[in-house]
Amino acid sequence: MKSIFIKGAIQPAFIADSIAKHQTKHSIGAHNIFLGQVRADVINDKTVAAIDFTCYEEMANSILEDIREKAFKTFNLTCMHIYHSLGEIKAGEVCFFVFVSAKHSKEVYAATEYLVNIVKKKVPLFGKEIFEDDSHQWKVNK
Amino acid sequence: MAVIKYYGAIAEETKCSEEQMAVSDLKISDCMALLNKKYNLNAFEVSIALNQNLVEIDSTIKLNDSDELALLPPFAGG
Repeated sequence: MKSIFIKGAIQPAFIADSIAKHQTKHSIGAHNIFLGQVRADVINDKTVAAIDFTCYEEMANSILEDIREKAFKTFNLTCMHIYHSLGEIKAGEVCFFVFVSAKHSKEVYAATEYLVNIVKKKVPLFGKEIFEDDSHQWKVNK
Repeated sequence: MAVIKYYGAIAEETKCSEEQMAVSDLKISDCMALLNKKYNLNAFEVSIALNQNLVEIDSTIKLNDSDELALLPPFAGG
């Protein structure tokens, strides 16, 4: 399985290109996309300017392979793509892209929610929230 | 020698991303006690992975020279 990790932000053009690549797959009737964007949270009067993502990549790839296998077994999907950024991603940039395709809408809604939640919970990714004054704290998913 | 890997906030505390450790027959629980003593990691919420699989922090599994043990802070993807 090819790596899902992208150095830097996920560009809108990359997302558009991913959609375009599926236009030759005529069994697909429904796509669903989730995009995670870096939020400029204000914590104790300091504003988050960026998140620096790091990852335990060997473990992440093996977990993602299991997630992928389980998602295809559980949902009637035609295609499934997950991408996550590594490195420093500025507020307003996209760092997480989940794209699922199937015959009908019902499957893609359920699969997207499942995938977003399980990636957040199970994949060993770490985020350093960098404030505008260059201080930082470590992100914890709520 | 086994490899001990550190990530995120834990790597920041240990000031290194990995190190070699002599582990002959050392239990994971004992290894963790040694690392806690060395780096004072008690303040961290940590999960550990042996060869990329999560194991209990008080596991009595014995480490081998070819093992990779990773100390992982809370996951924060998405």
